[in-house]
Amino acid sequence: MAYPYTHEKEVRILSSGWGDPRSRTLEGWRALGGYKGLVKGFEMGRDEVIETVKQSGLRGRGGAGFPTGMKWSFMPKEKNGLHYLCCNADEAEPGTFKDRELIRWTPHQVIEGCLIAAYAIQADHVYIYCRGEFFEANQVLARAVEEAYEAGIAGEDIQGSGVSIDLTVHQGAGAYICGEETALMESLEGRRGLPRIKPPFPAAVGVFGQPTTINNVETLCAIPHIIRHGGEWYRQWGTEKSPGTKLFCVSGHVCRPGNYELPMGFPMNDLIHEVCGGIRDGRQLKAVIPGGASVPIMDAEECDGCELCYEGVIERGSMLGCASVIVMDDTTNIVRQVRRMVDFFAHESCGQCTPCREGTTWLSRILRRIEEGKGTEQDLDTLLDLGEKMTGTTICVLSDSAAAPVASSIQKFKEDYLALIRRGEAVGAV
Amino acid sequence: MSDNGLEQQTVTVTIDGQEVTVPTGTTILQAAEAVGTRVPHYCFHAGLSAPAQCRLCLVEVEGAPKLMPSCVTTVQEGQVVLTESEQARAMREGVLEFYLANHPLDCPICDQSGECELQNYVFAEGRKHGRSREPKRVFGRDDFGGDVLFYGDRCVMCTRCVRFMNEVAEEPLLTVVERGDRSVIDTFFEEGVAGSPYAGNIVDICPVGALVSKDFLHKARAWDLEHTPSVCPGCSQGCNIELHTRDNIVQRLKPRLNLDVNGFWMCDYGRHRYEWLNRTDRIDEPLLVGPDGRRASAWSNATEEVLSRLRLSLGGEGAVLAVASPYASNEDLAELRALVTVLGGKEIVYRSPRADEEIPLPGFPQLSRRHDLTPNSGGADRLGMHRVGGDDGTGGLQHAEEHEGVLIVMGDELRDVTESFGSRASFYLYLGSYPTHGAKAAEAILPITTFVEQEGSFTNCEGRVQRFWPGLQAPGLALSAWRILGTLAATLSEEEEAPSGADQAFGRFAELAPEFSGLNFGSIGTLGAKASGSATSAGG
Repeated sequence: MAYPYTHEKEVRILSSGWGDPRSRTLEGWRALGGYKGLVKGFEMGRDEVIETVKQSGLRGRGGAGFPTGMKWSFMPKEKNGLHYLCCNADEAEPGTFKDRELIRWTPHQVIEGCLIAAYAIQADHVYIYCRGEFFEANQVLARAVEEAYEAGIAGEDIQGSGVSIDLTVHQGAGAYICGEETALMESLEGRRGLPRIKPPFPAAVGVFGQPTTINNVETLCAIPHIIRHGGEWYRQWGTEKSPGTKLFCVSGHVCRPGNYELPMGFPMNDLIHEVCGGIRDGRQLKAVIPGGASVPIMDAEECDGCELCYEGVIERGSMLGCASVIVMDDTTNIVRQVRRMVDFFAHESCGQCTPCREGTTWLSRILRRIEEGKGTEQDLDTLLDLGEKMTGTTICVLSDSAAAPVASSIQKFKEDYLALIRRGEAVGAV
Repeated sequence: MSDNGLEQQTVTVTIDGQEVTVPTGTTILQAAEAVGTRVPHYCFHAGLSAPAQCRLCLVEVEGAPKLMPSCVTTVQEGQVVLTESEQARAMREGVLEFYLANHPLDCPICDQSGECELQNYVFAEGRKHGRSREPKRVFGRDDFGGDVLFYGDRCVMCTRCVRFMNEVAEEPLLTVVERGDRSVIDTFFEEGVAGSPYAGNIVDICPVGALVSKDFLHKARAWDLEHTPSVCPGCSQGCNIELHTRDNIVQRLKPRLNLDVNGFWMCDYGRHRYEWLNRTDRIDEPLLVGPDGRRASAWSNATEEVLSRLRLSLGGEGAVLAVASPYASNEDLAELRALVTVLGGKEIVYRSPRADEEIPLPGFPQLSRRHDLTPNSGGADRLGMHRVGGDDGTGGLQHAEEHEGVLIVMGDELRDVTESFGSRASFYLYLGSYPTHGAKAAEAILPITTFVEQEGSFTNCEGRVQRFWPGLQAPGLALSAWRILGTLAATLSEEEEAPSGADQAFGRFAELAPEFSGLNFGSIGTLGAKASGSATSAGG
């Protein structure tokens, strides 16, 4: 059974098992080559595992793109108490749906990645913090963890290696903010999911006060492959600064939305027009949000020739984030779409920091007023100024995320705003 | 900042152009305070943990990519901090505008008005005109139980109250519910904080008018209140407090910072027992009993009359017995002791109610509502006075009732004695503040002030001497007991001069209670001092 919408330009490494029911069971996963990375990793030793990951140039897939090997090397070498690994499976960024598929189809790939990473950072316990709404994914993952324990792959003395690593699947309770790594740890500890102040950083004081590393599902899923085949092998794809493959979650006005695993640096034009079959109904591209709701919006001109890698998107004034490409055609009412995104952030703000708590709702109210044709041109200045005051002033970056689409859309689609303000007419109906 | 016997490490930083050297680990906010700069803040409170969430204390640190929260950022050697830079000011203005976006601006009916940090900060650094045109969020009012009312719309979500209940009272009765701009402080149960013995402190630490006292509700405007440093008379802990008075009436008590005694806090028991200070049924003139009954008298006459009666018993056979009060100051008690000695007597007794249990504040355990519910048993004990009677503060006066010599009662209201109390005495002198049937048989009744109408000191349960200052005007002709008794003792002894001020009366106390001999009013200061002469340090 082929996973819906595959394309020949894809390089399917992480997603190779998708659509194949075998990949959901331990036995099947082994038959597909699973857990070879784990065995090899244990043979290599910790330092070499970290070194290999460094060589591969793998960057965190949760959105920030921080080099994974370097993150691991921040963990104390000398152990003084327990170490933890948290697998961030609280995928909730609007437009993102890759981690869910990785868990649903290849739970053992996640577990294998977790175990290798845990081994490398000397973690005693892995918490997989899985988004609460992912009901099926949670069930699949829990079953796979049970299988792993039964097979002696997890728990005490893993397959006679002397390494002991426990695995716990923790189901979230429906808060976007718990995907922020420090809020995730708070939530894991049983408190409200409020981001913590850094420093101290998790590698020094993390979950339960112990050194902790938090990695995204997709990052961890790349690990077994990198360990099996080597860092250089991984670098055959992608660019110098963004090696490897990446899962692109494409949604919006394309003919074939979906998850596509492509080498980093893949041209956006090809993604939209070839891989995804072009804009629906032969319409014109209006805008793209390349990395989930929290990155600046791009207009059609900026998209043209954009290479989808960390540095390539930054060059075009946005960010790759978690590569959740939201495509909008010329029927789109940008003001409404931005307002909807801001509504999301207003709803999901934890409410700790004043600029975010008050600012997100304020932005949303002004946008709604403009949408209803009751805005003024002064409102645009206010929106921009509030956005500026919400950027870089809070504990986490949710506030920045809410401000980014507002500021970028006013910059790039000012005519849409002015049409509503001056004539009460929306450009685009959707 | 503990030193553990090691030499403390210090760092030198520049704050707004001023260089300052502070211990390692000091936050920028504290270091700024050391050079006299107060960085605006809400969520930070020195007695609580710092969540750095109000975002008002952001300051510019040279070399840092963005503004830093000064309440949690520790100073680094050579750091250059700008609290007043354009960027820092602009950001504060911005944050303040966010606060005002949903604030009801109901200052005219808000108790906090005049002592409100939102008012102060916005007045100092806020925008002239707010830009919000949106409808405001409404939470309404909620009864939090006990003495606490919650006005959700005024709340700035600093969470000081939640952290106080969690960290200091260690009774997690408050929490933040919901998230984003729907976040609001709430109680778990209908009764809220009722019954929590230290809950009143959340009203004090609320930087705005979100948490207010029901007792104080709409009683006075903050700017009409006079603040007088004093000591809580509710128990022998001796919490440092401020009397807030208006129109010669105590309107409320507020804790005053003293890290050696009560920190930032005080208990609700003490906080709400101030009404007696406002009693209007007072003895306000000296009363003498003559052939034609009781008559009011001028002080000169009264003193003469009392002196002549006391002289009759000088060297006489009748013993002298005095009944004192643990609500009297060290100075009053010392002069009573001096007079009794001059009269050749010795025995002085006092009565003092005791509670069954102490009520410690878990997060600041040196503060406790003590067994002893009076403020100055410590002073009385050190002057060789004996406690008599029961734990309810009554009884124990049979032998005074039957006493046949000179009987002096100072301060005790004698609620439980019969009208014939003192009728067997050769001379019964009553000094008190309130009319009582127990003084019916007295030949002279002299009006004395309460501790809030005079300068003086108490000795708390730890032997710490703490001063208070007059916050109310004494009624009529009432005088401090030390002044009356000191004059009587000095005149009778023909040796010493009567004390002309409370500091001199304290000198008498230090002389009679030698463990305090190194102390004087100057060395005690506003924060008190223990015996052995060393004034202990305390923050403030």
